[in-house]
Amino acid sequence: MILLKDIHKTYYTASPLHVLKGINLQIEQGAFVSIMGASGSGKSTLLNILGVLDTYDQGEYWLDDKLIKNLSEREAAHFRNQYIGFIFQSFNLLNFKTALENVALPLYYQGVSRKKRNIIAMEYLERVGLADWADHLPNQLSGGQKQRVAIARALIAKPRIILADEPTGALDSKTSLDVINLLHDVSKEGITMIVVTHAQEIADKTESIIQLKDGLIVG
Amino acid sequence: MKDILQEIFASLKSNKLRTFLTGFAISWGIFMLVALLACGNGLKNAMTSNFDYMSRNAVSIYAGYTSKPYGGKKQWRKIDFTENDVNFIKNSINNIEYFSAVSDVNDGKLTYNNLENSVMLNGVQPDYQHIRVFNMVAGRFINQIDIKENRKVVVIDKSFAEKLFENPDSAIGKNVKLTNDIFFNIVGVYSSKGRMYQSEIFIPLTTAITIYNPNGRVEEVDFTIKENDLNIDYSATIRALLSKQLDFAPDDYNALWINDFKSNYEQSKMIFRGLSMFIWIIGISTLIAGIVGVGNIMLITVKERTREFGIRKAIGATPGSIIKMVVAEAIAITSLFGYIGMLLGMGLSEILCMIFPEKSFVEGNGPSMFVNPSVDLSIVISATIILVVAGVLAGYIPARKAVSVKPIEAMMAK
Repeated sequence: MILLKDIHKTYYTASPLHVLKGINLQIEQGAFVSIMGASGSGKSTLLNILGVLDTYDQGEYWLDDKLIKNLSEREAAHFRNQYIGFIFQSFNLLNFKTALENVALPLYYQGVSRKKRNIIAMEYLERVGLADWADHLPNQLSGGQKQRVAIARALIAKPRIILADEPTGALDSKTSLDVINLLHDVSKEGITMIVVTHAQEIADKTESIIQLKDGLIVG
Repeated sequence: MKDILQEIFASLKSNKLRTFLTGFAISWGIFMLVALLACGNGLKNAMTSNFDYMSRNAVSIYAGYTSKPYGGKKQWRKIDFTENDVNFIKNSINNIEYFSAVSDVNDGKLTYNNLENSVMLNGVQPDYQHIRVFNMVAGRFINQIDIKENRKVVVIDKSFAEKLFENPDSAIGKNVKLTNDIFFNIVGVYSSKGRMYQSEIFIPLTTAITIYNPNGRVEEVDFTIKENDLNIDYSATIRALLSKQLDFAPDDYNALWINDFKSNYEQSKMIFRGLSMFIWIIGISTLIAGIVGVGNIMLITVKERTREFGIRKAIGATPGSIIKMVVAEAIAITSLFGYIGMLLGMGLSEILCMIFPEKSFVEGNGPSMFVNPSVDLSIVISATIILVVAGVLAGYIPARKAVSVKPIEAMMAK
């Protein structure tokens, strides 16, 4: 379960930007939640903090009863590897690796042997319906297929949370629906699913919607 | 381990041009270093083997002609040494080790089986074998009894013996006809590392004087000096001494040719030390150019891959694992191509070794510019190691910087 207490975040650029102004949030294990808000509302920043990709200035972030604060790069990497799966709008697959290798990559960083991780990766590719595409490079796949590879990659390490940043932003509406249904199925297995989106029809598919405005939760 | 290799291979394959350019810079650096060092060593060996002709501590004095009038005597007077002069030289120079006057016989000929050969025919004393670097392969050299009894004996060189007789041993005891159709008995066969253009054969000094130079004068005196006196300038001392004895101007360099092998050798050694320093500077500069090339390309590589590193970090790669990957790639690329360059360089030096002979002088050819142009393997290997280490640093520094970028920013990078 996720617990945020009064999270503040300021970007110190030429003119300091106070992005998050005290976020309080609790998300139960296995929830399917969407975060909505206009651009600049701080939703991506919130997602990055949740994903231990970025740090926060004030407050507390508890993940599975562990306080995520002042982690070293190593610890943060470990957390991301063990607890968190990511799905991005731009897929973020490695172009010189096949679909199978991309899916298997998190297990590589867990030190799983090549043979074993390829078997597991194949299972997950089957699950997203891409077993026949295992040996294809990302640029030989369609947008929807790429995103399904990315979902398989996010699932393979058996994370507690999957964070999806505009997962359907680059997809047509039919494919978007497929992807969101897949995410819904995943959340039913007890994995907390947090989706950042600005598309209402996507948000409507989730169990609850967190509205963000000017760095605060408004509903 | 296999995983890391596979990762390296995949990423090198994904950018072939980059891999090739980096590799070329490295191979070229090592290749140039090896080639330069090989040529330098070849020149140096050629030089040293030319000096193998005489003992390093030998001094030769050749009489010439006066180039200016002096003490009431006219110009272009022939200088030569009487027995008295020879003894004067022998007695007035300290620390002489071996000493021999040499009587040069004009128009040297050796005839065997009606086959006439043109040779350099010299009358020498027994000590001469120690002044020149000789190795007796059969029989003996001229001895004191030959000198005393004016024996008609001759010592010939090995390649000549092999040409005229089956082997050096079968040459011993054979009679050959020398200049003026006089028969001499072969008593010895020598081999020498020297580089004379013609076969040199030796007869006793007294025999040479009696038969060919009845005036009793000689034009050459050779001797060696004991080690501890090696830093004295013999050529000046001898010229000053003999200018009084033989009445020529002390600054008349035409009257006497003095060849002090030790100082010549030292001088050439100095030149070659300079040359080899120059070669090292060029070689190291080439290597540095290679290193800078590697550094440059690694910098671009790391920059290009910032996004990839961001993705890997989001998936759970630790900064250390990414740095390790980049450094492993740098090691793979530098050592592989360094090895290729090393092999090419060694190949070149092997080819040069085949083209240029082991000895500086081979019968029928002039002196060679290169002798045995090979390179010390340990030098090449250390150069390759230096390049690998530089490659590691060149990968490590930018990689460390790249992984310190937050994964989010890294993934936005294009």
